[in-house]
Amino acid sequence: MTAIDNGPAASADPVVNSIFRRNMATFAENRLALGSAVVVLLFVLMAVFAPFIAPHDPNVTDLFRRLQPPAWQEGGDWAYLLGCDALGRDILSRIIYGARISIFVGAAVVLVATTIGIVAGLAAGFLRGWVDTVISRVVDILLGFPYLIFAIGLMAMMGPGLINIILALVYKEWVIPCRVVRGETLATRELEYVEAARALGASSRHIMMREILPNILSPVIVVSTIRMAHVIILEASLSFLGLGVQPPTASWGAMVADGRAFIMQSWWVSTFPGIAILLLVLGINVASQGLRDAFDPRFHE
Amino acid sequence: MMQNDENTLLEVSGLRTVFDTRAGVVCAVDGVDVTVRRGECLGVVGESGSGKSVTFGSVMGLVRAPGRIDAGSIIFEGQDLRALGPGQMRAIRGRDIAMTMQDALTALNPALTVGEQIREVLEAHDEELPARGAARRRAIRERAVEMLGLVGIPSPGERLRQYPHEFSGGMRQRIMIAIALASRPKLLIADEPTTALDVTIQAQVLELISDIRARLGMSVVLITHDLGVVAEHCERVMVMYAGQVVEQGPTRDVISAPQHPYTKGLLASIPRPALRGERIHPIQGQVPDLIDLPPQCRFYSRCPLAGPDCLKNIAMQPAGPRRMARCIRVENAATRQEAEV
Amino acid sequence: MIAQADTALLDVQRLSKTYLGRHNLADRLSGRKQTRVQAVSDVSFGVRPGEILGLIGESGCGKSTLGRSILRLHEPSAGKVVFDGVDVTGLDDAAMKAMRRRMQIIFQDPYASLNPRRTVAEIVGLPLKLHGLTKTPTEARDKVVAMVEKVGLKSAHLDRYPHQFSGGQRQRIGIARALVSNPEFIVCDEPVSALDVSIQAQIIELLTDLKQEMGLTYLFISHDISVIGYLSDRVAVMYLGEIVEMGPVESILTGPRHPYTQSLMSAVPEVDAGVRKARVRLTGDLPSPLSPPSGCKFHTRCPLAIDICRRQAPVTERVGNGHQAACHRLNENLSLLDPVGT
Repeated sequence: MTAIDNGPAASADPVVNSIFRRNMATFAENRLALGSAVVVLLFVLMAVFAPFIAPHDPNVTDLFRRLQPPAWQEGGDWAYLLGCDALGRDILSRIIYGARISIFVGAAVVLVATTIGIVAGLAAGFLRGWVDTVISRVVDILLGFPYLIFAIGLMAMMGPGLINIILALVYKEWVIPCRVVRGETLATRELEYVEAARALGASSRHIMMREILPNILSPVIVVSTIRMAHVIILEASLSFLGLGVQPPTASWGAMVADGRAFIMQSWWVSTFPGIAILLLVLGINVASQGLRDAFDPRFHE
Repeated sequence: MMQNDENTLLEVSGLRTVFDTRAGVVCAVDGVDVTVRRGECLGVVGESGSGKSVTFGSVMGLVRAPGRIDAGSIIFEGQDLRALGPGQMRAIRGRDIAMTMQDALTALNPALTVGEQIREVLEAHDEELPARGAARRRAIRERAVEMLGLVGIPSPGERLRQYPHEFSGGMRQRIMIAIALASRPKLLIADEPTTALDVTIQAQVLELISDIRARLGMSVVLITHDLGVVAEHCERVMVMYAGQVVEQGPTRDVISAPQHPYTKGLLASIPRPALRGERIHPIQGQVPDLIDLPPQCRFYSRCPLAGPDCLKNIAMQPAGPRRMARCIRVENAATRQEAEV
Repeated sequence: MIAQADTALLDVQRLSKTYLGRHNLADRLSGRKQTRVQAVSDVSFGVRPGEILGLIGESGCGKSTLGRSILRLHEPSAGKVVFDGVDVTGLDDAAMKAMRRRMQIIFQDPYASLNPRRTVAEIVGLPLKLHGLTKTPTEARDKVVAMVEKVGLKSAHLDRYPHQFSGGQRQRIGIARALVSNPEFIVCDEPVSALDVSIQAQIIELLTDLKQEMGLTYLFISHDISVIGYLSDRVAVMYLGEIVEMGPVESILTGPRHPYTQSLMSAVPEVDAGVRKARVRLTGDLPSPLSPPSGCKFHTRCPLAIDICRRQAPVTERVGNGHQAACHRLNENLSLLDPVGT
């Protein structure tokens, strides 16, 4: 912060007296991140209230409206703002419903993976010994596989479906929070307050859950948010390849794939779901970077 | 107080350095005057937050945002350092004034060998070296070996090729001193040079600084929190508290008869084997928050002599031959002494 | 050799702590030897009830490791720690937990030793909770308030977080946490060395007062001879994992016998010109504990070293009433401090 150590600028800030509130204040100062967070929030609201927002049933086909262009183009209709796909389904409604899949898969995978990662990472980092060896080796092996190919293989074995997609992604996703948690735990367990808790007679469980975990949660949350964007892309990729949620359920990746055949004449079929993926992923990425800057000053370069 | 004569190397007056924080403006250094004469060793004593490091960081031009120098002049050899541009300041920093940091491990560049780091300083500041070619390289190497030898590192020729982490803490502190001395500065500012070191190593490093000062005839500012170090190595001492100088004068006089209540308290707080079984008398309370300080003696909240008349800005008062103290009670004591005599 | 084992509250018998480096399959296959650092080797001493034993030494000499091995925060590699007649090293987890209530530690770094996410009330109340010492939350709160006030903080501070306090206040919180369970023995691991001089004095005063009031026994670890000399009843001097000299504080201060103790004491900068003494110049740095010197471990820096010092480790000998030292040249009565007195 300053060129000089032990300057009083480093002294406790009496106005903003909670670490969390200070972090949130830093986050709020970052306009771009805040804007992105709003975009993400809008997507979430869109997913939650899809039945109330969507102008049409996403699965109703209407062959008369086959490949109908967006409203502002010739042949468009303002009731079908973004046009229709090859089966005459309203693209806007399908995007709105598709957000449910993307966000649900993203959130579920990250939530499950982070929970597993925290437990495994804490155990490896705190207990060390053979527990650490086993967990670290598994992590190394999993990291050796290309993510998408690994997921494709699993999906091929388990068959498509919402639960399977989540499982296929969780199989590898937990490795990321696990490594973060293990690293942070290794650093934190050496701190004197952990030693103090042991000196007071605290059990390993108490130390892991009450002394270490609350102090390593910020970087884990930050990493998990960043990973959510990756997971959404992976889900879209699997759906694009036909390994995702089965038709007719709307999913952005599958929608992009559907439009592939008509991309030259009916560009809107693939483009609008593509833009939806882009906006959501970009929004999450920028917001999570703001979160990272606010929570973890070590990332500052 | 002191005339700006030939003998004065550095004269800082009315220095005010502030830090803009979210909570308000922190006045880390408030109206500090420092005079360093040629060849002398000035001890600067104070606790953390007293502004001792910030004062000399300001002299070196090392204060960066959110900190800024608000007022005051810094005259070094008749030149106002505050009026210099960054390029000119860089030329003076390292060549005429050098500073060593408390933590030698982080202050040295871990990616460069010790020899390369000394060479950088010489390349930047030494005009006497041959202009180019093998002669220049040889001259630089010789100077680097000479500097490491000067700070007492055995087989300096070989150790030039080593990296900072290959040295022990005491050795690293010596290397930092060697780098600081490479350009033969006129003033060495040593910021807590021994705080991170063990006593036996500390003694070696301090003696080294004293030796070199005598040999090269430079001035040294020794920033420390240890009155014992000052007592053994400095002719003059300046005691700082909460951003101000509270007392200064010849070390022996200040230590044997401190005038400011803070200096008295500081001396009384040092536990000594001689005081076994007796109670020590620590200064009570905490250093005040430096944000939005009202005009009052800064030691007011902790001072046993505090009274309502201390609630105003207190100026430095003469407190004996070549001595000053920032306390209104001192003047009474001094005049009383005069009256008695 | 062992001081008053019968009356001791704490009796440390031939305690050693060796740290082993990583030694995985690849290391083994390539024939690399496992690194071993003997941080504490074969240390024995006793601490009597109500006493302050000062443990002094430079960084890396193993004094902190010794303190932590006694509390089994680091498991000792060999030796026994007998506390109030019970061998602590042999206790199972449950018995050890119960024992921890009686043996506590105060740490050096007031910043690292408090969990930043816990309030003062939670930090100080933790021992009560862990050991089930209070029946109701109000009783616990009352105890915490009483303890916090005893160490000079206010009950208004209870719901604040550590970062809202200065270093000295944090150290008071650490002291309150260590003492709230009414322990008998405290390892003070450099509790004042991270603090400013004026705050240092406040904490020393507090620790002395609390010792009187609560009838505590301290093992006081420090690198500062002034603090040790002021506080301790007896002093043990450590060098590279061994106690080289130990005895009553007066005889250590006035007549140190080991050349290391002598040089350590001469190196302390002195405020009073009157007490200032000539300096023993030690050459070189502390040897790496990875490859400690043969024979007497101090011989590489000792101005008095002779041939035998390089070959053979000295045994600890009695040199006075309760005063012991380990040096080959003890009976020659050489002193590094003498020649300069003239």
